[in-house]
Amino acid sequence: MSEADKYDAIVIGAGPAGAACAYTLGKAGKEVLVIERANTPGAKNVTGGRLYTYALEMIDEGLSENAVLERKVTHEQIMMLSGNRAISIDYFDPAFNNEGSPPQSYTILRARFDEWFAGKAEEMGAMVVCGIKVDDLIEKDGKIVGVIAGEDEMYADVVVAADGVNSFMAQKAGLIEDIPAHSVGIGVKEVIELSSKIIEDRFNLKENEGAARMILGCTEGIHGGGFLYTNKDSISLGAVFMPEEIAKHGKSVHEIFQELKMHPAIYPLLEGGQTVEYGAHLVSEDGYRGIPHKLYREGLLVVGDAAGFVINTGSSIRGIDLAMLSGLAAAKAIIAATDTSKVGPAYLKELENVKLLPTMKSVEGYKDVLDIPRLYTNYPNLAGDVFAQLFMVDGQVPPSMKKAIKSLIKKNGLSMLQLLKDGLKGVKAV
Amino acid sequence: MSIEKITAPELLSLDKFNADEGEPHIVLDKNICAQCKEKACLVVCPAVLYKLDKSGKISFDYAGCLECGTCRVMCKNKGIIKWVYPRGTFGVIYRYG
Repeated sequence: MSEADKYDAIVIGAGPAGAACAYTLGKAGKEVLVIERANTPGAKNVTGGRLYTYALEMIDEGLSENAVLERKVTHEQIMMLSGNRAISIDYFDPAFNNEGSPPQSYTILRARFDEWFAGKAEEMGAMVVCGIKVDDLIEKDGKIVGVIAGEDEMYADVVVAADGVNSFMAQKAGLIEDIPAHSVGIGVKEVIELSSKIIEDRFNLKENEGAARMILGCTEGIHGGGFLYTNKDSISLGAVFMPEEIAKHGKSVHEIFQELKMHPAIYPLLEGGQTVEYGAHLVSEDGYRGIPHKLYREGLLVVGDAAGFVINTGSSIRGIDLAMLSGLAAAKAIIAATDTSKVGPAYLKELENVKLLPTMKSVEGYKDVLDIPRLYTNYPNLAGDVFAQLFMVDGQVPPSMKKAIKSLIKKNGLSMLQLLKDGLKGVKAV
Repeated sequence: MSIEKITAPELLSLDKFNADEGEPHIVLDKNICAQCKEKACLVVCPAVLYKLDKSGKISFDYAGCLECGTCRVMCKNKGIIKWVYPRGTFGVIYRYG
């Protein structure tokens, strides 16, 4: 391909960020090429997962209606494990799923969803080529002007790096350093097939309803946690760990995760199922603070996971929606800009307009709470002990609750002062 | 596979791969690895592809790689001298993801 014969944009990666960008560009009549290294979009991608539908609706009204999704999340759950014990919270709120408007969120399997979404981008006129890995960027006069894949060179006014958390493209462009280990978690997941009837019975769901569950206290004290999502006829069970802490701990990611699966409060949910896939993926854990200082240079924009657009508040984890918003913002910037030097600044402005950066900034402090190491052992154990005290009846004279809690705090290596400090930190941070 | 503790090789046997026999996408310099005390790769690789052989040396097989990148970000002494994604179409093929 010659430089004269160039695209308006080349998007590297057909995940949600890349597809959102290509969809929007295609719809505006721009010539856009999406290059995906997998044979089909989604075949390299792993999520927990859940998708918040508003992002699809922002790209195009009604887009979420026919999306290939699993179950609408009706049950938001938090589970705390301590040894063999479990404390579960189940929050049911019909307002998240009002009739007449799209459900707030759906569980999702990425191989299916990404293929559908990239197909939608194609329907809008984007060209999606699969099975080709972009090896490098082409730079000319300080600008990024195209990409190299094998022996092919392809040119565009703007290249969009939507190549995921390990973004080699953003690195090659000099926008980010190699990822520091403390900024990412390693997520692992098993997809376990189970009939929809059994899933609905076990999780108290109606047809098409789903549960999303965060699990605390299942990581042997390592900063991280488990998750469980009910799909149509499978369950996604997984866990995320900070790899540096795994290395210090000395037990493998695989082993700790297998033990979570066999936990007496988890296993009965899965019993009779069949594991059909094991996946792993890195996830950015630094939130707003992890966003690269530069999200563009002339001729290149960084979107999605490549830009660290992930929010983890402990109760909700968001990545796919933010990826889509950033893809949308990039497309809007490309459409509006009159020359390539204006695209980058316009992209930053659009990231504000779609509320991505303000949202991430607003929840920036949650990271401080999640960095409290006691969250992963002492507190789940204390909660377990307190609940045991509440429910135990053994014919003995029970101690006063006040006294019992005091001694349990001490037993779990905590103090009132520590509790107060962490509580204050929590309040300050959120 | 039914719900039980499943070994890493068994888990990987459930996944679909198109292994690139011709070109490893991860290459180690085992001399550097031999000097590495931390050897974080042994525990952070979710596929448990890094192992110690009988003589205490690192053995590694890139064929079951899930392409997460954890070994790369955790490799302190840079015994991993090459880490790129597999060539187009090769590597893991998630059917669920």
